[in-house]
Amino acid sequence: MSLTVAFVALLTGVVVWALLARRLIAKPWETPGTMDASQGDNATGFPSAKIGLWILLAVITSLFGLFISAYWMRMEHGHGDWNPIPIPHVLWLNTTALILSSAGMQIARAAVKGAHPDRVKVALIAAGLLALAFLAGQLLAWQQLNASGYFVTGNPATAFFYLLTGAHGLHLLGGLIVWARTVARMVRAGVEPIDVRLSVELCTVYWHYLLLVWLVLFAVLLST
Amino acid sequence: MAYVAIADRDHVLHDPQTFIRKYIWSQDHKVIAIQYAITAISIGLVALAMSVLMRLQLGFPNTFSLIAPHNYYQFITMHGMIMVIYLLTALFLGGFGNYLIPLMCGARDMVFPYMNMLSYWVYLLAVLVLVAAFFVPGGPTGAGWTLYPPQSVLPGTPGATWGIVLMLLSLGIFIVAFTMGGLNYVTTVLQARCRGMTLMRMPLSVWGIFMATVLGLLAFPALLVGAVMMTLDCLLGTSFFLPAVISMGQPPTHNGGSPLLFQHLFWFFGHPEVYIVALPAFGIVSDLLSTHARRHIFGYRMMVWAILAIGCLSFVVWAHHMYVSGMNPYFGFFFATTTLIIAVPTAIKVYNWVLTLWRGDIHFTVPMLFAIGFIFTFVNGGLTGLFLGNVTVDVPLSATYFVVGHFHMVMGVSPILVVFGAIYHWYPKITGRMLNDTLGRIHFWLTFLGTYAIYLPMHYLGILGVPRRYYAFAGTTFIPPSAHWANVGITVSALFVAAVQLVFLFNLIRSLSRGKPAGSNPWRATTLEWQTPDTPPKHGNWGPKLPVVYRWAYDYSVPGAKEDFIPQNQPPGDQTPAGQPEEHVPPTGHGVPV
Repeated sequence: MSLTVAFVALLTGVVVWALLARRLIAKPWETPGTMDASQGDNATGFPSAKIGLWILLAVITSLFGLFISAYWMRMEHGHGDWNPIPIPHVLWLNTTALILSSAGMQIARAAVKGAHPDRVKVALIAAGLLALAFLAGQLLAWQQLNASGYFVTGNPATAFFYLLTGAHGLHLLGGLIVWARTVARMVRAGVEPIDVRLSVELCTVYWHYLLLVWLVLFAVLLST
Repeated sequence: MAYVAIADRDHVLHDPQTFIRKYIWSQDHKVIAIQYAITAISIGLVALAMSVLMRLQLGFPNTFSLIAPHNYYQFITMHGMIMVIYLLTALFLGGFGNYLIPLMCGARDMVFPYMNMLSYWVYLLAVLVLVAAFFVPGGPTGAGWTLYPPQSVLPGTPGATWGIVLMLLSLGIFIVAFTMGGLNYVTTVLQARCRGMTLMRMPLSVWGIFMATVLGLLAFPALLVGAVMMTLDCLLGTSFFLPAVISMGQPPTHNGGSPLLFQHLFWFFGHPEVYIVALPAFGIVSDLLSTHARRHIFGYRMMVWAILAIGCLSFVVWAHHMYVSGMNPYFGFFFATTTLIIAVPTAIKVYNWVLTLWRGDIHFTVPMLFAIGFIFTFVNGGLTGLFLGNVTVDVPLSATYFVVGHFHMVMGVSPILVVFGAIYHWYPKITGRMLNDTLGRIHFWLTFLGTYAIYLPMHYLGILGVPRRYYAFAGTTFIPPSAHWANVGITVSALFVAAVQLVFLFNLIRSLSRGKPAGSNPWRATTLEWQTPDTPPKHGNWGPKLPVVYRWAYDYSVPGAKEDFIPQNQPPGDQTPAGQPEEHVPPTGHGVPV
């Protein structure tokens, strides 16, 4: 298990290396003069907020990757104290809500590009409400498990269920704060879709990403 | 109102007017850097004081009764954690990273100044929570800085109720602060470089800080995962890490947890952490050596590649800290191999530093002394690392003072020497005044020789088999008198070195008002931070116009040039042909054309 993690880490390094290699073979001492390829303030050509978000997603990937590694390793190390729990059926409903929420974000993003202010508002608000519904559904799943005697202290499978869903939920909650600020700006008078374009785009990327994380987590929870 | 427009922003950058906006809730990267540095150094002095108390106990166990056994364990834990995370990580990345990245890249500020400010205040909160552990029932945790379960949460270990929870909480807060800062550093390097500043023209300081930040962003989540799960074990009674233990006759409250899992998570963070501290030091020392030897850095590209290679490899060596955990021998073999492989790029860097000095016009300034001291110390510490990287040698040495000597040399003294060198080097830019040279030399020689008097005998103790982590050695017949004398000598040296740091602090404070005015570029350096219109640089750094870069950062002693250095922002002209470092360049005097 750990060896797999080690090899994956090494492989990632090699891939990053290969991607960067062309830029890293420049001989800086040979070529005095400006190089217009590297413009001030915006060297990559993307908005800084977008770069920042992608780096944040890398950090969150590392976080959840390690949570899942810990999940598997705890399963291996536990010597038979791992009792799989019945996955609450409401999770399927929640998953659907999250997929729809992500789709809503995508529609809002397209509407921003097409400059349809009303459609942006509707899609954006619907997406957020669906995400809230997802969170409510997750809480319901917690309550159901608790009611049927699967407490957090009971068994590592239960503890991990609460831990993983909780960590994912907190990340979605963070996204909802940004969403709320965007909506607040959007409904103010005189704000055009173009003014919230970047925020909507960043929210969409984050929403798709969290959907992906949830699908992976759900698959891990279902498979064990 | 004074303002400067930033190229891609339509709003203007207003100069802060009030005292509070300027120095307290400041969004200026230079102010935040100084806030980080002062906080980190202050908490570092607390950790230094704890090491003095521990040394007094070890050197003169029957003379002083300043600390009780449980205090010893608490101090050893807090000393390690503070020095590694709250001092070195915060100082190199939050302090030097904040100050140098925008100035060296030719940016006006970090790309997310508000988040940068927040990063400092959250870091301060983490420090306060850490310190709060001293004032709760039971005091801070005494589990050792690695916080291994189950002993970190079992009764009998100091601070097993409140202390450990506050420590984990503080680490969690620190990670949030670091992530906010780290996003800034990486995005600024990628986005905000001035025109002409290609990646391969960046000074190595920026490369080192950049790669260390990437490592931190990817490695700290492992610590966060471990901290969250252990907090749940402590507070809610889950069994992620805690096996069934009958403690003090009580029936087990946990069942089946895996202490080994915590070790994997901790060291998956812990080993990259070594390089989070080392890579900025590598980068900064490269710039110090090049500037004060008036010679281009030898093998610039190789240096950059080595930084990247060390960064990648540092994620696949973590289990060499766990050879004694009873893991599969094949597993140990894999990690011994990767550990020895990581020595290759590290050795390349050492060769290149030495070859930078070769035929250079070496000026023995105070920063240069510290930089050369770093090379010696790092080689010494690194060589013992080759011993410990091998399973068969590590197993008998792992629990002894050999390990203490090794890691203090390689990741304690070495980075601290670079910190001192860097402060002597950049203090003129930060304050506009030079530090006192004589006091600096006294500080260097006494610190440098003093640390050898502390840590070299520890290797001897380790080979004798003297175990680390012990409060006293009374009644142990296998420890010869020579070991006791060595301990006395170490303690005396440690007190001496700690006292010498007061000279440094005195110099720092006195030079603020009494130091010689520095001018804008006292070291005649090429990098952009020395070319600012004002010293110390004002808010926005560059006045009305951003600099444009025409060359790499190491055009020292270029044949045919008027001066022995060509700033990065000097356009190419007839007088200043491009540097041709691969050719034989005889050393030149102070700006004398060849």
